[in-house]
Amino acid sequence: MTMMYLFVAANAYGWRVLSGNLSFAKFLEAIPLADPFAALQMLATGRVPARDVLIGAALIAVFYGLVAGRAFCAWVCPMNIVTDAANRLSRKLKLRSSGHSFGHPARQSSVEASRSMSRGVRYWVLALALALSFIMGVPAFEWISPIGMLHRGIIYGGANPGVVGGALSGVGYAAGLGLVGALCVFLFDLVAVENGFCGHVCPLGGFYSLIGRHAIIKPRYDREKCTQCMKCVDICPERQVLDMVGKCSATVTSGQCINCGRCIEVCADGRLTVRAARFPFPRFIISRW
Amino acid sequence: MMADRRTFLREIFKGAGLSTIGGAVWSGFIESSAADPLVLRPPGAVPEEEFPAKCIKCGRCVENCPFGTLRLAGPGDRAAIGTPHFTARSVPCYMCRDIPCVPVCPSGALDKSLVSDKDDSGGQRLDINKAKMGLAVIDRENCIACWGIQCDACHRACPLIDKAIVLNMSRNERTGRHAFMAPEVKAEHCTGCGVCERVCITEKASIFVLPRKIAMGKAQDRYIRGWKAEDEKRLEGLGTDVRTNTPRSSKSAVDYLNNAD
Repeated sequence: MTMMYLFVAANAYGWRVLSGNLSFAKFLEAIPLADPFAALQMLATGRVPARDVLIGAALIAVFYGLVAGRAFCAWVCPMNIVTDAANRLSRKLKLRSSGHSFGHPARQSSVEASRSMSRGVRYWVLALALALSFIMGVPAFEWISPIGMLHRGIIYGGANPGVVGGALSGVGYAAGLGLVGALCVFLFDLVAVENGFCGHVCPLGGFYSLIGRHAIIKPRYDREKCTQCMKCVDICPERQVLDMVGKCSATVTSGQCINCGRCIEVCADGRLTVRAARFPFPRFIISRW
Repeated sequence: MMADRRTFLREIFKGAGLSTIGGAVWSGFIESSAADPLVLRPPGAVPEEEFPAKCIKCGRCVENCPFGTLRLAGPGDRAAIGTPHFTARSVPCYMCRDIPCVPVCPSGALDKSLVSDKDDSGGQRLDINKAKMGLAVIDRENCIACWGIQCDACHRACPLIDKAIVLNMSRNERTGRHAFMAPEVKAEHCTGCGVCERVCITEKASIFVLPRKIAMGKAQDRYIRGWKAEDEKRLEGLGTDVRTNTPRSSKSAVDYLNNAD
């Protein structure tokens, strides 16, 4: 969110901390940062991206790959707000069966079963994006990405007279803000598949899952202190990564964990039974979340 | 998870099938949003065939445009989503001397060398007059200056006045006492900035910018304008006698008048 604020401020107030958007940005007008998945698609089209794009993509890939894991999804991506809203509403309206059915397929209600989808779909979409980039000669996901539409809408929507001033109707205005894509994602998550977009379909999430597998920052679970209230599993948007809960002490190893820290936040009695980190030092960072 | 080979193969087959459906829809969408040939790009843009592939959609050109000319295409626009373009009739390009939109491009979709010439020391110097964003085209049927009514709005507004737009004077035979002052666009100098389209006073602009690929024809190289040095150059090194070899040319013509028995 801070990131989005800096981007918006760059436009609205002429701040130069981050200029650009989530596809490419310059930090303090000097350090290039680029979306590594977009750069990969550009490579797949058979063109070598320009130097700034390559350097920026490498910097971001190294940061998430070694340090932050899939934190992009929880902390930077604006779609997270949309899907969280869908999730919250879905809980309020009790559209999903209460509790979790993790590891207990027998408990899975028919409703939930009908709303399930393989978590592996995102890797298919990822492969498809690269294949289509190669065939069509353009970065395929970037052409349809609701994330791109949303962050561009947020960053430029307010500051761009072309979009706002063009005598647009309410619908056109919403389209200009990239809200149509976001609305589709919202409804998909609400009525079709729980955590459907971020947790199942999004190839960008899939990409960060793959490269973030060995990142340093990951939650750690402590079986000794656990009261098995299962709140952590209940809140987790990627439940399959917490498969050790109630079984054994372990660090999350899956790259699919988005490091959102919600498990730590909800952990019972304020005793952090789900703890951060594979190495001692990030423990500090995470305990402050 | 994958209980046996059968399950595994079935999953792969399912995935491949669904990917094919998804791929067909997805590529169809890309095809259709790439279809608009009338989109106007910022100065220094690489050719339209390459542009959508090179542009990373970061919007830095849009951010640096002081006039709000450039905007990123939204889902409602027909240009590839997220790529920069402008609509001359609402906000044209005002041709900044320092071209702030071009040097900030990280991906090479806006190429500095396309809007630069050589300075005295041989280095690159930005020159917005080199831009070729499009070409202004005049609808002579609806241009009121071509009717004989006095108007030179486009000519006056043109940043390259008397170069890109010139006024052609001719006698108005109908009245016998007035002159036509009809504007004419010179493609060699026109940058396609669209200021003329913006200021055109007719209800729907009678002078408007089109991409050069759409607006211009192209003659084959075999037509030589003898009065143009660059055309004459194409003739250098060519023999004056041209012999075309076809299956027939192996048989020489029968000179039946002189050699016939």
